[in-house]
Amino acid sequence: MDDAIQLKYTVSPEDFTRAGEASGDLKKVLKQIGVSPEAIRRVSIAMYEGEINMVIHANGGEITVYVTPSQVKMILQDSGPGIPDVEKAMQAGWSTASANIRSLGFGAGMGLPNMKKYTDDLQIETVLGVGTTVTMIVNF
Amino acid sequence: MTVNDLISSGIFELVNEGDQPEAEIEKLFCCDLLSIAMSRAPSGCAWVTVMGNMNTLAVASLCDAACIILAEGVRLDDVASVKAVQQGITVFRTDLPIFEAAIAVWDRLHA
Repeated sequence: MDDAIQLKYTVSPEDFTRAGEASGDLKKVLKQIGVSPEAIRRVSIAMYEGEINMVIHANGGEITVYVTPSQVKMILQDSGPGIPDVEKAMQAGWSTASANIRSLGFGAGMGLPNMKKYTDDLQIETVLGVGTTVTMIVNF
Repeated sequence: MTVNDLISSGIFELVNEGDQPEAEIEKLFCCDLLSIAMSRAPSGCAWVTVMGNMNTLAVASLCDAACIILAEGVRLDDVASVKAVQQGITVFRTDLPIFEAAIAVWDRLHA
């Protein structure tokens, strides 16, 4: 991906005042370079869900995004607790979010299902106690 | 109906006038769960909700919602109020329940 635009974001843990900033910035960049509204929406949904997951579950982390003329690749890396049961986590409605998180409007168990639905490829590598890397690709 | 038209109608209290008052309100959307709103809120919608925190603003911005209408007497918290100004999002509030607030917009959309 030598010809790709590379963007890097740091996601702060438990900081809902900044949650969504990375997604918002990426959306602006994609708009500026003329990506279609439909593709931008798919990227925005996937990126925001991933960003929120990092805030809620993983003590924050780092996001690296590669943008080429034909795709966006988002790599979300955290050093959180890992996902004990990925299959369960992928089920719509399944959530381990706390009551406090739910009171903010999250915890519907739609995060990973949305990320899968709106991307062309979703890969999750997770190790308990070490962290999780989520890689998502949206093709234009 | 544009956001400006909704402001002029005076049916809701204007909390913040955003930077796109000429945006067309094309649809109505009612939802409080942000993950569902994120994936379902149509671009150009008037989004009626009782979630008055800054995550609502982030979702509205990412979804290109035309405006947010806070129902049931809900107010934006302080952080969200600042964010609404920064992000240029039009926010209304009303004491009406969600359904009645949505119907009030619907009636004007289909007048």
